[in-house]
Amino acid sequence: MTREPVIRVQGLRTRIGVTLIHDGVDLEIQRNQVVAVMGGSGAGKTMLLQEIAMLYRPTAGSIRLFGTELEEIDPQRAGGLRRRMGVMFQQGALLSSLTVLDNVALPLREHTRLSDEMIRELAGLKIALVGLPPATAFKYPRELSGGMLKRAAMARALALDPELLLLDEPTAGLDPVNATAIDELVLSLKQELGLTVFMVTHDMDSLWRVTDRVAFLGDRKVLACDRMEALSGNPHPLIESYFQGRRGRRGRESMWAKN
Amino acid sequence: MAETSSTEWADLVVDATYARVQLTGHWDTLALSRLERRLREMVWPAARELELDASGIDRLDTGGALLLLQLTRQLEQAGLRWHFNGLQPSHQALLELVRRRIPGQPLEPPARPFGRIATLGRASSLYLLQFFGLLAFAGELMSRLGVSLMHPRRIRWRELFDEIYSGGVTALPILGLLSLLIGVVVAYQGGVQLDRYGANIYIVDLIALTTVRELAPLMTAIIVAGRTGSAYAAQIGTMKVTEEISALRTIGIDPMELLVIPKLLALMLSLPLLTLMADVMSILGGMLMSDLTIGVTPDVFIDRLPHVFAFERSFLLGVGKAPVFAVIIALIGCFQGFQVQGGADAVGRHTTISVVLSIFLVIVADALFSIYFSWLGI
Ligand SMILES: Nc1ncnc2c1ncn2[C@@H]1O[C@H](COP(=O)(O)OP(=O)(O)OP(=O)(O)O)[C@@H](O)[C@H]1O
Ligand SMILES: [Mg+2]
Repeated sequence: MTREPVIRVQGLRTRIGVTLIHDGVDLEIQRNQVVAVMGGSGAGKTMLLQEIAMLYRPTAGSIRLFGTELEEIDPQRAGGLRRRMGVMFQQGALLSSLTVLDNVALPLREHTRLSDEMIRELAGLKIALVGLPPATAFKYPRELSGGMLKRAAMARALALDPELLLLDEPTAGLDPVNATAIDELVLSLKQELGLTVFMVTHDMDSLWRVTDRVAFLGDRKVLACDRMEALSGNPHPLIESYFQGRRGRRGRESMWAKN
Repeated sequence: MAETSSTEWADLVVDATYARVQLTGHWDTLALSRLERRLREMVWPAARELELDASGIDRLDTGGALLLLQLTRQLEQAGLRWHFNGLQPSHQALLELVRRRIPGQPLEPPARPFGRIATLGRASSLYLLQFFGLLAFAGELMSRLGVSLMHPRRIRWRELFDEIYSGGVTALPILGLLSLLIGVVVAYQGGVQLDRYGANIYIVDLIALTTVRELAPLMTAIIVAGRTGSAYAAQIGTMKVTEEISALRTIGIDPMELLVIPKLLALMLSLPLLTLMADVMSILGGMLMSDLTIGVTPDVFIDRLPHVFAFERSFLLGVGKAPVFAVIIALIGCFQGFQVQGGADAVGRHTTISVVLSIFLVIVADALFSIYFSWLGI
């Protein structure tokens, strides 16, 4: 049985002003897979995520989410799709006027009619799931460290238990312990909840540990989309140079050390 | 509010005879609210142990797992024992995950550290501190301004001209139009009265004195406070939020020198010029209206203008007030920008304060000028 992929990007082209960011990006993400996108800075990873999140309209090409073509979508269907996915932004993007708890509760208050206690308990659970201590719940975003902001943003993305999670560099700026905790969380969400995850990351440990497949974005298209073992041996010059640096090798070695 | 309508709601059926509770439907966050409401007034059958038949649960997410946990908690509180039957392994794992992670006690907001009276006192002392902060800021600004004026090489000319353009030049159209309208209004209102006494020609005095001495400087300052003072506060405030101000400091650039001094100088230069233009436009508006309503033709009007009592002095006093207004607007706008702490909402709040406060202070200053001038007898 071939199922419709959760995300299918075909022939995507994005132009901002005169610069062409994507030119013929193709990508498919199947249900219950964790797919990472890697590539140099400015390769257009965040832009691709924003296009999938319906925040930015591509210049040409097609994006299908849960089998729905985004090009001709009406606002009502778009709202329905938005409720099925959670997005975490590179800079967190928590609302500065709300506490962490209220930030996480916001989607719940907007989209469900659960009682206030239930919403608070659910938001508290999400905050605990991402590994934040309970005391942070009543802090404002400005009172958090960079890594705590990341996790709070992750908790908000998880608020509605979305089927699809879009994460922009979830582990960047985290200490190794918390980065590993986020990796574990992604893995358990995938296993327990059957989540599909699309994430942008440069973190070699995450790439090796949690991904099913990794797409390498370079030269304005997806150069390869493969399992990490295969991708790291890819002879394409851009990919090779990415993995040749010491940092690029590190993840693999630690992977081997574990086995 | 938009919950699922197409999917099944989470639900349960109590079978009292067999001491069994059948759980059914989608236990998804978006499909829980009905069951949650029902659970609150649920009456459980009197049995020693209940069987929770979970085989009918189609889907379960963390929200559903939480509700399931609450359900078991509720049973325990009612003194009932329970066990699951037919719970899928993946659901079991999820339930375990949630049970492990759920915070031990409900989250309580930290107690407010101050009582009512203490809060009032704290707020007042904050206002007082703000006031002292403003004074300190003004003092620092003036001393930097002195340094800048003595060493013109340290003035950021580029920024200065940018500020003159955005705060002065681009204000010309809106200010010109509004001044014209003010002239029209004064001429119309005054003209009707003067016409009754046959003193038509004094419309020239009325317009020249009221607009040039009072209305034009005040209107200009108020419009600039709304347009430019708010922009100062928003710009500096946003830079504060995004840590650009701190970045400038670490690079070794004094934010005062780069951001504030050019704004202050630009406004002190452009506000008098804007006032001058407002003078011209409002007199023009008055002239047009006088011609139309009470038959004082433009050539008569222009003839009379130089003979208006103390016209030149009024003009100088009016334009002379402008640099003072400029200092107030730039000072308040920049100070409020630097006061921003936190996020976007703080930027909005301080921008509002900057506009309200600078307009307030401009009007107060204008009143003080009036009192002072009348005391001097000019
Ligand atoms: N609003 C914009 N206007 C113009 N160009 C933009 C805009 N947003 C992004 N770009 C350009 O698009 C390109 C891709 O940006 P994007 O943010 O997607 O990079 P990225 O792959 O996420 O990089 P990083 O790993 O550093 O986050 C960059 O070259 C950037 O300069
Ligand atoms: Mg990015």
